[in-house]
Formats: sequence, C-alpha cells, structure tokens
Amino acid sequence: MHKILWILLLLLSASAQAASPAEALQGYTTQARQENPAFGAASASKGDAFFHATRQHSNGNKVSCATCHTDNPKQSGKTRAGKEILPMATSANAQRFTDLTKTEKWFSRNCRDVLERTCTAQEKSDFIAYLISVK
Amino acid sequence: MSIRKTLQLGILFSAIFATGYLLADDHEGGGNRSLSPVSHPKWQAECASCHMLYHPGLLPERSWRKLMGGLDKHFGENAVMDRVTQQEILQFLVANSADHNGSRRSAKIASSIPAQAAPLRVTETAYFQGKHDEISPAVWKRAKIGSPSNCIACHSGAEKGNFSEDNVRIPR
Repeated sequence: MHKILWILLLLLSASAQAASPAEALQGYTTQARQENPAFGAASASKGDAFFHATRQHSNGNKVSCATCHTDNPKQSGKTRAGKEILPMATSANAQRFTDLTKTEKWFSRNCRDVLERTCTAQEKSDFIAYLISVK
Repeated sequence: MSIRKTLQLGILFSAIFATGYLLADDHEGGGNRSLSPVSHPKWQAECASCHMLYHPGLLPERSWRKLMGGLDKHFGENAVMDRVTQQEILQFLVANSADHNGSRRSAKIASSIPAQAAPLRVTETAYFQGKHDEISPAVWKRAKIGSPSNCIACHSGAEKGNFSEDNVRIPR
C-alpha cells in the first residue's frame, strides 16, 4: 500500500505542469513584457507569419516551422524520420500547449533547428496566439 | 516425507522445468537468442517522439554514451533534454546495451564492432550489413520503408526487440 502511495506521489511530482493554452499564452506574454516593456499584446497575425516564414539554414536547406508541421496547423505533420506530429492548432489537438515543460522543451529544440537561435518570449506568445486563433 | 518421495518430486519438477526450457527456443547456449522487450517511460517518451524506438540492445554502451552526450546535434537535430532525464535514460540504455543484456543477438552485434569504434547507427555495424546484404538499394527506398534506419517497416516487432527472421514482412 505504501509503495502505491509513493508511486502516486512520484507520478504527481514528476507530472507535467498542466495549464490551458490561454495560460501558456499569458505566461509568455508576461515574460515578453518583462523583456520589452513596449510589448503590448500577442499577435496572431505575426505568429502566422512566423510559422510560415522560410529561411535558409546554414546546412543549405530551406526551413520553416511548416517544413515538419505542414502549412496547415490543423493537419498532422511529420518528423524528418517519418513519425506523425499531432496538429499544432489547439482546435484540432486539445493537448497542445497544456504542458508548460513540454512546450518549453520543444521551443528550445525547434527554434535552434529552424532559426539556429533561441526564440524570444514575444515570438513564442505570437506563435501560440496564432495556433489558438486557427479555427 | 520420505527421501524417495522427495527425490520423485525433485525429478518431476526438473522434468517440467527442462521441458519449458527446451520449448522456449530462445534459450540456446546461454542467454536469450533475441532481445528481450524492455520498457522505461521516459525512454519511450523522449526517444520515440521523432523516430521509432530503438532497442538499447542494438548498440554497445560506448555508443549510447556518445549518443546521449551529443543530443544538441542528434543526427542534425537538436534533441536536448533536461540533465536528470538524460542521465536516467542513459543508465537504462547502458544497463540494456548490446554488451550488457546477455542476448546472443546483442553479443553478435557487439562483437561485429571494432573495439575503437563507437557507431551511432546500427546500420553501420558489420552485423547489420551482413544480415541485410541481400536487400537492394531500391527496396530501401520504397515509400513504406524509406531508409535502412526504419527497422519497423519490415520488422514489426522491432520496438520490442523482435528481429526474428520469421516475422520479417518487406512491404511492396
């Protein structure tokens, strides 16, 4: 019995930082205002442009978020190794942006992969605003 | 209980055990013939988001150490994870690696790799290449296969460590 309790406790402590997409957006917006006091509100249209913007990677490839996530965020994407990526739009995937640790982990990886730098909190908030706005 | 009865019981149990042992054909000459299924939630979550789950018994300890030490450039992608998770997964990979899990297939993979080499791809090992020498380049490129790294396309039990020739189905 004690063992089960311990396992439950462990699971709870290790479990995701659950939040709603709106809370995730709020968190990044607050952070963006700290980075830049002039930042007003997150912009879905800027996020849209960011998602689809193609750039030349130093490895010679043209890359964008849409390279793996496809141009339509309501659709499933595909990793370079061929594995399905569930849709990014919250209207098509209720799990998206509900785990802050996971969200931050993937921003950290994918911003480096696509932009070869980290993303700013402003970019992250615009990105999430766009993906919440896609109906 | 008389000595005789004890002996009879002993023989009976030995016979049952031996039958089971012989029927399970993966007990040949010591360890298991094939890789045993292994599980670790973080390994599954972290290592199978982007690609199929590669069994730890496919590479030796030194390969896993090198791979987990270079996640910032993981086959051209950033796969960095927090340090605690990374260490936990590394320990799991090492414990079940080709030089530690005791299976015959793993032992053959490990012995096919030169001592000074630490390949990051199973497909670079002499064992893999020898086992797949009849597969033509055109087959690897089929839409449902894509590349030799996509074990699961033909070995449906690959993620569980099942690479038995009897279960191979090469998609058209």
